[in-house]
Amino acid sequence: MTDAITPFVEATVRTATPLAFAALGELVAERSGVINIGLEGTIIAGAFGGLVVAGTAGAGLGFVGAVAAGMLVAAIFAFFVVTLKADHIITGTAISMLGVGSTGTLYRLYYGTTGAALETPTLAPFPIPILRNIPWIGEAFFAQPPVMYLLYVIVPCLAWYMTRTSAGLALRAVGERPEAARAAGISPARVRWVALLFCGAMGGLSGGTLVLAQVGTFNEGISAGRGFIAIAIVVLGRWSAVGVTGAALLFGAASALQYLAQAMGWGIPYQFALALPYVLTLVALAAAGKRSAAPASLGVRG
Amino acid sequence: MTLRAATTSGLFSWRRLLPPLLVSAVVVGVIVVVIVAGHHDIIDSFSAFGRGSFGSAYAFWSATLVRATPLTLLGLAVALAFRSGVMNIGAEGQFLAGASAATAVVLSGVGGGMVLVIALPAAVLAGALWAAVAGWLKRRFGVLEVISSLMLNFVAQYLVSYLVRGPLQEPTHVYPQTETFGPAAHLPLLISGQRLHLGYAIAVLLALVLWWMFRATAVGFRLRAVGAGAAAAESAGQVVVPRVLFTAFLLSGAIAGLAGGVEVTGVTYALYEGISPGFGYTAIAVALLARLNPLAVIGTGIFFGALEAGAAAMQRDAGVPFQFVVVVEALVVLGVIALEWTRERGDTRR
Repeated sequence: MTDAITPFVEATVRTATPLAFAALGELVAERSGVINIGLEGTIIAGAFGGLVVAGTAGAGLGFVGAVAAGMLVAAIFAFFVVTLKADHIITGTAISMLGVGSTGTLYRLYYGTTGAALETPTLAPFPIPILRNIPWIGEAFFAQPPVMYLLYVIVPCLAWYMTRTSAGLALRAVGERPEAARAAGISPARVRWVALLFCGAMGGLSGGTLVLAQVGTFNEGISAGRGFIAIAIVVLGRWSAVGVTGAALLFGAASALQYLAQAMGWGIPYQFALALPYVLTLVALAAAGKRSAAPASLGVRG
Repeated sequence: MTLRAATTSGLFSWRRLLPPLLVSAVVVGVIVVVIVAGHHDIIDSFSAFGRGSFGSAYAFWSATLVRATPLTLLGLAVALAFRSGVMNIGAEGQFLAGASAATAVVLSGVGGGMVLVIALPAAVLAGALWAAVAGWLKRRFGVLEVISSLMLNFVAQYLVSYLVRGPLQEPTHVYPQTETFGPAAHLPLLISGQRLHLGYAIAVLLALVLWWMFRATAVGFRLRAVGAGAAAAESAGQVVVPRVLFTAFLLSGAIAGLAGGVEVTGVTYALYEGISPGFGYTAIAVALLARLNPLAVIGTGIFFGALEAGAAAMQRDAGVPFQFVVVVEALVVLGVIALEWTRERGDTRR
């Protein structure tokens, strides 16, 4: 049993990290009242931007490229949704398609029609002394590429920002009652633009992490629905930074379950483990029902 | 999104001509950029595009219209939902549910020579049930249908993955797909020597029925009224909004399920994981470009069918990456949104 736990925790954290980045970005967007279904597009743009920049400037600067690419895609989304007041869902679907389609096309154009696997420099793990020796979880949480440790900074900062600062209060006010926020002198449009750019940066970071710290290559399906999973994670995490991080770990654990099930010979089809988090999200949504923690103006145009 | 009927200004006014001109410009523009950036031959590429889409009778009947069939049916499913104010983005999942149910019926061996008479209704039912989950969650618990229908897409995807690697896998257990259906489970072909099947005729007929339903029946009126403004419809009386929304969900899912059943019995004759290359998402572009009008969906379905058929030929014969099609689809949707915005702004100024 103990031989199975360490790889299980490691697989959990590994899967959860890019999901957590993306979901924290989505959290801020949704708190401002915008549901960003285009997140999938920002993640894959980040992955591709990271690949292109890392190829000439190394993995470290690759992350800058990833964040910039994510923000670019998010800016297109914000222009339509905030400035033109378009429908969030329809725009978001189009933005996801735009991200997936344009990176797929560019990848073929740059790296050949065969789409051959391509190696890119990756970040080496940076183990933290002492902490890495904690049994079972030490390696998984403290012997990772440094980008993962960013989470340990971002999560508490975000939690503090959203609940304890006036800017965070403004963000939540815009998500609940934009007209009331406007009466209080807050510009909902500006708050949403900033929130969406942050969301894009985090989506880009998520894609960059995939390519530059985990997989070491790019392929057209690399985002693999993570943008949509992130939306589920925000629901499951009940729109709080800590809750969202926990929910990301839960999704990571569910997908790691397939390896554990194989190792332990449980004989459950692996697809059930993969589908479980989505079903859980539906159950969580139903359980929360009309008392849901969702921002009151979530998804409302304007 | 508030999509309204086209304005009544003159038949050849700029307003009417602008959308098709813009869409054509976007398509040609993206193709040219991709061709030039990839150093492909422009003439070769465009002639491959033409050959693959409209260039010959075979291209039109066997590539463009065969591709247009699921896009038209799913476009109708999306148009019906959006017009009724239901943000069903679960057409993809409902399509997969329908395809799975039809496959299960065919492989079970029931019905003998009449198997299609059972398989297609099973697909309709499965699609409706898959949509009903999201519809029920909305009605009973107030769950946002966008999130629930999206989650159900992934569940459906894993369900298909499980079926074709588990209970429905072909007898040798080597490939992740079902065995090929026998001829009794093939939809009749419409023209001899062509791949076009009965499914396309069903799609066109359904478009006519939905158009008539929205125009002339009480159900259609209720759906439209709720879509135009739920609160107003409720206070005007005679309309129970939650029930109407649920009905719209069921109908939309039923059509998407039918599309899945039609695809496995008309085109693939088997079920496998990648059976839908995102048809359910492309369908959103199909419906929006048609401005949610069922009759216009016939046209936009052919448009996107030709685009995908032409792009496939362009990749095969000239090496131009197929993925640009998705960029075009996304830009079409964004273009429709932008046009809608200029129209709304024009209205408020007057």
